[in-house]
Amino acid sequence: MNVAVAKTGKGRAVSDLFASAEGRLPGAPDVIAVRREAFETYERLGLPHRRIEEWKYTDLRALVGEMLPLAAAPDADALKRAAEVVKAHAIAGARKLVLVDGVFAADLSDVKALASEVSLKTLREVLADEANPAAGDLLQTASTDAVISLNAAMATDGVVVSVADGTHLSAPVQLIHIATAAGASAFTRSHLRIGKGARATIVETFVAAGKASGYQVNDAVILWIGDNADIAHIRLMDDAPDAVNISSQFVTVGAAVKLNFFNMTTGAAVSRLQGFITLAGEGSELSANGVNLLQKTEHGDTTLVVDHAVPNCVSRETFRAVIDDRAHSVFQGRIIVRPDAQKTDGKMMTRALLLSDEAEADNKPELEIFADDVSCGHGATAGALDDSLLFYLKARGLPEKQAQALLIQAFVGEAIEQIADDGLREHVIGIAERWLERRS
Amino acid sequence: MALLEVKDLKVRVEEREILHGLTLTVNEGEVHAIMGPNGSGKSTLSHVIAGKPGYEVTDGQILFKGEDLLEMSPDERAAKGVFLAFQYPVEIPGVATMNFLRTALNAQRKARGEDEYSTPDFLKKVREVSKSLNIPQDMLKRGVNVGFSGGEKKRNEVLQMALFEPSLCILDEMDSGLDIDALRIAADGVNALRSPGRAMVVITHYQRLLNYIVPDVVHVMSKGRVVKSGAKDLALELEASGYAQFEDA
Repeated sequence: MNVAVAKTGKGRAVSDLFASAEGRLPGAPDVIAVRREAFETYERLGLPHRRIEEWKYTDLRALVGEMLPLAAAPDADALKRAAEVVKAHAIAGARKLVLVDGVFAADLSDVKALASEVSLKTLREVLADEANPAAGDLLQTASTDAVISLNAAMATDGVVVSVADGTHLSAPVQLIHIATAAGASAFTRSHLRIGKGARATIVETFVAAGKASGYQVNDAVILWIGDNADIAHIRLMDDAPDAVNISSQFVTVGAAVKLNFFNMTTGAAVSRLQGFITLAGEGSELSANGVNLLQKTEHGDTTLVVDHAVPNCVSRETFRAVIDDRAHSVFQGRIIVRPDAQKTDGKMMTRALLLSDEAEADNKPELEIFADDVSCGHGATAGALDDSLLFYLKARGLPEKQAQALLIQAFVGEAIEQIADDGLREHVIGIAERWLERRS
Repeated sequence: MALLEVKDLKVRVEEREILHGLTLTVNEGEVHAIMGPNGSGKSTLSHVIAGKPGYEVTDGQILFKGEDLLEMSPDERAAKGVFLAFQYPVEIPGVATMNFLRTALNAQRKARGEDEYSTPDFLKKVREVSKSLNIPQDMLKRGVNVGFSGGEKKRNEVLQMALFEPSLCILDEMDSGLDIDALRIAADGVNALRSPGRAMVVITHYQRLLNYIVPDVVHVMSKGRVVKSGAKDLALELEASGYAQFEDA
């Protein structure tokens, strides 16, 4: 493959895209300068491909090819269709923040209810605030790559939420991303700042309205968690089967924090969640769990980098993938233990269940340990459903698909059970059950 | 009336013939014991009746209530009333016993065109049966057979038998791995299920199980065939004289 040609080709396509979108991208002149720089970084790097180690199994040049034009701001019809989706995917009792085709939809969101407990702004308004000299910082991240740079260049909107020290949110906050357009892209970026001693449950849901197809999502979340906070963070990537979703998460964890993270991917032709979690304060506990449920020719990639930057933190990762037909699941888990991070306890377990001969799973665990007094480990398995268990269930009257479904539910259950809240767990199980029903 | 008719059944596993023309008829309400040395094909027969994959039937037929059992998938056989109590019930982590029992019972009822059980009716039924089998309620909340003792696993099989109300129960080496007390509890559970409409096939290597579950007919299997049939006293004769007399049959 000729890299130079490929890069030039993609670069030009995006260059046109950026030029045509620039008028719609919010930001004072300083912010626009940051965007241009980010865009130049993207142009220099081009779309990630298989010879970039971090993207070895998810070659976006091969899988995605061209970048689509920015989705139009949603009109009345799009918002109406989005409202129906909100109804179907809202978690009971949660306070909603809705983004439609990359634009915050105040009318579909619970702005008033949230305002009593958190500070809420849109990314658009913060970026457009000429009096704010630090607005451009919202487009900067601790590390970057081509897709993150592209997000910084193109982000149209998002939410900027701040939870004050000591605040216990009375209900989960659900950020719902809805695509209503066909053949268009949405770039969103959100900042969530959780104060010291705060308690919150944050859910991110990615879904499509009825007619949406072939769309592309590029989302970034920057989450900062203060000391002694207790946070549940759940992501549900339930996109249209022909969509692309590339999500990046930057999480900075303070001291004595409890963070329970969960991601489930049940849709999209091509998806990747790349999470960069830095344990920056001592005595924190991270539980990071995930499930990929993939069928047809779907490609789902979960990449987690857990950085133990300080001593005395615990991290546990439990990941399950169920792969049918010709689908391809990727799990890359890296645990970094910095030289000072003694007494680190980091464990990672990933298991893949292959439901067809053509299904593919790539598990890549990596331990980078620079301290000497640590306990770290990882394990990975891949296999098919156990025939003896299947026969037992069938001999008790369960038809083949139902027997498989019961065993698949048990297989992913270990990861889903890490969600502490009963209602949320049931919501997640419901999505997994709908995925099982789609198998035919 | 004949419930199960096995006619001249020939079965292969990986090119090796295990059953060489086995014939057996079990009528409604009867309890048959099938005895025989290791390797005589007893378990193969039970697996083929239940529909376990990996067995190739090369000749003969199995009729259940006059229908061709070999044409049915294992779940269809279960819904029709065939129940195999496994010699080694599998452990299924992550599937709660209660959820499994309910899913299985309702799947069978659905296949028969019957209404699914309501939650209160189901719970009531499970409680009654589990109490009579000395199965504590917390066992039902655990994964299917996970961490169960040998006796508990067998009692769980009998619990299912009582819940699903099959018309043919095949008990494959129910006594293996059980001490006398556990065996007595399981056997009492089985005896309580004896009824004029239900037949049982008790497969065992040892005569002692038949002290607890007393058969109407005893068959001796050797080298893939039934070589002798008789009344319950045949079991006692075997206990005294051993299987050697049939080894050259």
